[in-house]
Amino acid sequence: MSAEQNYIRDIAEIRSMMERSSKFLSLSGWAGVMAGIYALVGAYIVHVFFRFRPQELAYDAQDVMQFNLAGVMTVAASVLVLSIGTAIFLSYQRAAKRRESLWNVTSKRLIITSAVPLVTGGILVFILMMHGLIGLLAPVTLVFYGLALYCASSFTFKEMRALGIIQILLGLLGATFVGFGVLLWAIGFGLLHIVYGIYIHMKHER
Amino acid sequence: MLTTGFHKAFESRIRLGIMSALAVNEALDFNSLKEYLDVTDGNLASHIKALEKEEFIGVEKSFVGRKPNTRYYITDTGKKAFSEHLAALEKLIQSQK
Repeated sequence: MSAEQNYIRDIAEIRSMMERSSKFLSLSGWAGVMAGIYALVGAYIVHVFFRFRPQELAYDAQDVMQFNLAGVMTVAASVLVLSIGTAIFLSYQRAAKRRESLWNVTSKRLIITSAVPLVTGGILVFILMMHGLIGLLAPVTLVFYGLALYCASSFTFKEMRALGIIQILLGLLGATFVGFGVLLWAIGFGLLHIVYGIYIHMKHER
Repeated sequence: MLTTGFHKAFESRIRLGIMSALAVNEALDFNSLKEYLDVTDGNLASHIKALEKEEFIGVEKSFVGRKPNTRYYITDTGKKAFSEHLAALEKLIQSQK
């Protein structure tokens, strides 16, 4: 190997090491696709079977009863658990292939960073529910999830930043046009995840 | 062939790897470095020692519960040497184009 090639390889290794040691790149695109599918199914169940279609921001205690909130929350929690489970499982496989461990400096950083907006959003959802602000539930989850993605994007694929911003915008839109909240939620958590997952898969996993 | 800025300590690719990882992280422990570099304990330890001797990296020892935890970080001297080395590499490649 010529000296020049050697130096070029040095630089390539430096760049790859900086990226690998500061970003978690084992997050699988398929995890995004699957999360999107779960979310679409969840939104369908909630909309069609539970008739969760809030048209106003706030409902008084009597009117809140018309929403099957326990059912809605169960579906939402199932979507969340399935998505996280799938992401962990697929990332584990990818990390193993790259001979890295799943629980390392970069994955820890990714989780800790996104946990703050996620937990805040989760708690806020319960508070909103207590106050009968049913119309805000879907938009608020979008906004806080978008914030979490935006923060996390520094520690993984940079495309996540755009995904985060779009989720935030969809959430704000949903808070403005309350009647479209669930539809926008399905677009954000469903469609966008699928598009993002396919894009990541095409770009980074082949 | 050696121009200014090149540092002998960085001739080994493993040492270069250690410096790259530490350049973008506040501090890393031994096992994280080992995972990124895919080397044996002894091999990594000897390269770390060499960089420590140059004072390019520093060690901070602490305890996580009862387990000793050794973390490495890049020193200001190390940062300077590493960026000079990078600049020299780039210059060399540019000049040969």
